[in-house]
Amino acid sequence: MNLDDLTRNSGEWLRGAGPESDIVISSRIRLARNLADFPFISRATDQDRVQIEAALKDSIFSIQEASELLYVDVEELEGVDRQFLVERQLISREHAEGEGARAVAIDQGERFSLMINEEDHLRIQVMQSGLDLANAWDRINRIDDLIEAKVTYAYHERFGYLTACPTNVGTGMRVSVMLHLPALVITRQIEKVFRSLQKISLAVRGLYGEGSQAMGDFYQISNQITLGRSEHDLVKQVGDIVPVIIEYERQARDFLVKESQEDLHDRVSRAYGILRTAQKISSEETMHLLSSVRMGVNLGLIPGLKIPTVNELFIHTQPAHLQKLSGVELDSTDRNIERARYLRRHLSREGEANGADQN
Amino acid sequence: MKCQKCDKPATFHITELTGGKPQELHLCEEHARAYLTQSGGDPSSATSMAAALAQQMAQQMAVGQTVEELERLDQQACPFCGITFYEFRNQGRLGCPHDYVCFENHLKPLLINIHGESEHKGKTPKRCPGGSARRTELIRLRREMKDAVAAEEYERASQLRDEIRRIEATKKDA
Repeated sequence: MNLDDLTRNSGEWLRGAGPESDIVISSRIRLARNLADFPFISRATDQDRVQIEAALKDSIFSIQEASELLYVDVEELEGVDRQFLVERQLISREHAEGEGARAVAIDQGERFSLMINEEDHLRIQVMQSGLDLANAWDRINRIDDLIEAKVTYAYHERFGYLTACPTNVGTGMRVSVMLHLPALVITRQIEKVFRSLQKISLAVRGLYGEGSQAMGDFYQISNQITLGRSEHDLVKQVGDIVPVIIEYERQARDFLVKESQEDLHDRVSRAYGILRTAQKISSEETMHLLSSVRMGVNLGLIPGLKIPTVNELFIHTQPAHLQKLSGVELDSTDRNIERARYLRRHLSREGEANGADQN
Repeated sequence: MKCQKCDKPATFHITELTGGKPQELHLCEEHARAYLTQSGGDPSSATSMAAALAQQMAQQMAVGQTVEELERLDQQACPFCGITFYEFRNQGRLGCPHDYVCFENHLKPLLINIHGESEHKGKTPKRCPGGSARRTELIRLRREMKDAVAAEEYERASQLRDEIRRIEATKKDA
């Protein structure tokens, strides 16, 4: 199994299945862990990093069949491949851009990834399509137990699992759910949602955007607090609020359907039209238009197009994916041409046989 | 990256979420402190660690801690990894697990600021936590061994190596 095997599909988190998958893209949990007998990354020498990597690699391979695992030396990787892993959310941008010995282990179905020598020695991450935090927690808890049987984690009786940054100490856990909220954006209610979430110390971040700028109306909701609450409580806190936001988004969609059916249908159709006919298109515009199309599919306005196809286009039109799929390095001008070509090909295949003419 | 308000390096990266649109701020220590005190300093809005840190420092300054006292605190160093409190304040990242023990008194208010609590209530590893503390010793020993080699004190380096091996060998029963 190698990186190119991943390219052809879209991985677990964009499968477009699971509970509430019209609005919830994926559920994700990560645990931050450090080995007790090494300094944290910022104070680790090159030799420390190599030893940390070796120890964790050993323990990972002892719990999982090597044939089912893709182990990638991130340090050795080419820029486009690092970017590819970031786009797939298998590694963080920091991990891609970092320095020194570091790696990631990915399971075949892309249902978990283990980052070694990121901000902490080990970052375990599990992904689940749709809203399914309970299963995500069961799985990550099991993986954590298996690794812990092989290594000694840095742990303090009062402060819990010790992490390089005090914002992660305690459980070391980040529970996050990614939602597609186009109707709340159109009806300008999204900021109200943000503010109410901040009051209960939950964080909201956009997908791919630098900082908090949201691309394609994807928002990730996660816990801020990691200390003083049990893992179960943290899962529950996020798990309880997500259905409320789903309900808001549904109400906003109902409102758009009832109050401005023509505007909505027009917006969706134009977006679909541009995506099927454009000759040059940027990543931003693609995300923006695909967002309208995705909502349109969920509201039954575009017969024949399937959500998994739309989800896949979101990721396959990202810069690194586009280059890996076309097999050549492309500058941004060429990417815009190739992206438009890719979209035309895939959207016309889904719709009419000839595509790109009538709608 | 430079501070948005002056030419000093930006060491505080704050995401302001209270206004309409979330906003990214990159500030030097001085301007971060000024920004956080003028924005009212509501502890619940201190979303990033850097913000919480700057805020806590601003509070300490406000309650009359002298510059000398802060300087003394800044110079405290962890005997295991060698990081000073000043370095931690600047980077926002700790140097090793033992920092939570040696900077405990200064970290506690920070943890309460960030999490609203300072006691872990979640999962515990199946191994005894004491084993974890003993292994922290290895961080100091490896560092001392490296220093000894650099100083060409080979006898001391080999003593340290034996000590490291002895602790490493106890891994399974930790």
